[in-house]
Amino acid sequence: MHEPRSFRLFRVVVVVGLGLFTIVPLYVMVTSALKPLGDVQGDFRWWPSHPTFRPFIDMWSTVPLARYFVNSLVVSVTATAFSVLIAIFAAYAVSRYRFMGRRPFTGAVLATQMFPGILFLLPLFLIFVNIDKQLGFTFVYQTRVGLIVTYLTFSLPFSIWMLASYLDGIPRELDEAARVDGCRTLGTLFRVVLPAARPGVIAVAVYAFMTSWGEILFASQMTNDATKTLSIGLQNYSTQINVYWNQVMAASLVVSLPVVIAFLFLQKYLVAGLTSGSVK
Amino acid sequence: MPVTTTKPTSEAVAAGVPPRRRRRWKGATPYLLILPAVLLELLIHIVPMIVGIWMSFIQLTQFFIANWSQAPSAGLGNYKIAVDFSSPIGRALLHSFTVSCLYTLIVVGLAWLFGMSAAAVLQHGFRGRGGLRTLFLVPYALPIYAGVITWSFMFQRDNGLVNHVLVSNLHLLNDPPFWLIGNNAFVSMAVVALWRSWPFAFLMIMAGMQSIPDEVYQAAAVDGAGIWQQLRYITLGMLRPVNVVLVLMLFLWTFNDFNTPFVLFGPTPPQSADLISIHIYDNSFVNWNFGLGSAMSVLLLLFLLVVTGAYLLVTNRRSRRA
Repeated sequence: MHEPRSFRLFRVVVVVGLGLFTIVPLYVMVTSALKPLGDVQGDFRWWPSHPTFRPFIDMWSTVPLARYFVNSLVVSVTATAFSVLIAIFAAYAVSRYRFMGRRPFTGAVLATQMFPGILFLLPLFLIFVNIDKQLGFTFVYQTRVGLIVTYLTFSLPFSIWMLASYLDGIPRELDEAARVDGCRTLGTLFRVVLPAARPGVIAVAVYAFMTSWGEILFASQMTNDATKTLSIGLQNYSTQINVYWNQVMAASLVVSLPVVIAFLFLQKYLVAGLTSGSVK
Repeated sequence: MPVTTTKPTSEAVAAGVPPRRRRRWKGATPYLLILPAVLLELLIHIVPMIVGIWMSFIQLTQFFIANWSQAPSAGLGNYKIAVDFSSPIGRALLHSFTVSCLYTLIVVGLAWLFGMSAAAVLQHGFRGRGGLRTLFLVPYALPIYAGVITWSFMFQRDNGLVNHVLVSNLHLLNDPPFWLIGNNAFVSMAVVALWRSWPFAFLMIMAGMQSIPDEVYQAAAVDGAGIWQQLRYITLGMLRPVNVVLVLMLFLWTFNDFNTPFVLFGPTPPQSADLISIHIYDNSFVNWNFGLGSAMSVLLLLFLLVVTGAYLLVTNRRSRRA
């Protein structure tokens, strides 16, 4: 198709402008992680004076990064596992059954996603403190359990929504065939429907993991020194008076790589899932 | 595990349990399937919301946090303090609200514009399209704090990239300014938020564009519409439903943004970057006055509901007329 010169110029401006805007911080993160300490303390340098992997080693001893890492991993993996399982059940119900309250359920679930987190933080804080007081021991306040329960509900709404629309795309004949072969509800779901929905389930799992891995607001009040997650650990690390920026950048890179790679590999499914609700 | 436990019952059904019981059981199945999700939503979202509203009517200061049943009633006291714009607390809340509005306007507007431009440019295939698309999605895929911390390094006065470019490379300024304190903090925060949120707009608009059939463009081309006219009259028109949802989502996320100011500045941001969520957070956790914080949260919720309701009403009416 013929493209006027104005459009070609527009394309160059957009691609170069947005390309630079996007890539410069990523470049800074990667190159600064390879700099010796002196390079990040004086005037900014575009390239390390002598590239080194030291920051990737030192970062583990400057702050208890390993502890934050384990906390984040335990909380995110557990929250993801539960969230995906619960979302599978709910999505199967929404996709395969026409029951009273189906629309209110999906509507209400999505609506909670839109409310500001601060609205839930204060009451949850109070509820958790008082649950522990009633129990007589620390169970949910500033523990991994409390964080897991909270996080798994954060990814639930979108997970249900994404999975339900994925399941809608799987022919019902498959369910019926399984029923004929003697499977009941859960048998049909786990033996026949889920294997066919594997890409959707993986996409939802990645989404749930990303949600927990990056959460900040609740982690800032619902964790203590022992249960602190990466988001708060790194945030504290970067707002100290004397910051080892090369180590902070190395740590940021290390905690980002797994999720970014997973996201980009599963781009196709995630994008389809995230946008399906509104584009339809 | 569930598979093995259900097997015997299904055989029992086949063996001659009356069909009526089976049908009633079938009616309960969807409810059992959504039960865990409903319970969790109740526990973490609905109950706290009700508790939050109740909290806003009591004097929940630090003495009563661990024994909330003893907290004295405050009536509308917390609300009166929050909206008394002649007192320091009310004035600070109003200021924070204004900052949030301005921030939302700028970030949502530019995020949409960037996303739309990028999607329009990448719509017609050219070499490197897939690579660019992937690159543009990286800020969205990155954990929020990793991206914001990198920007906070770039905004450092003495060793950051921004001042290095402005002062040493381009010679636009003689004195390196502070970017993370004073009025500049607002600009920095908006730039970071824009960097993070425009890829989402891009993602949604791209998906929306794919659902516009090629024939529409071909018909327009036959009628002599150039690429700009097609963009203006076809793409924008057909994208309307996507844009309505997209702008609403961007509005809610940006207006309630807590992460960007918190990671950039810590729990107490500069005045110019005092967004509403972090303002309420500060008022609750720094002074340990949960009653006042809850009253502010409820006011925020009311504002969001009114704006969202009005927005949906206006957009629905307009699309019905069209």
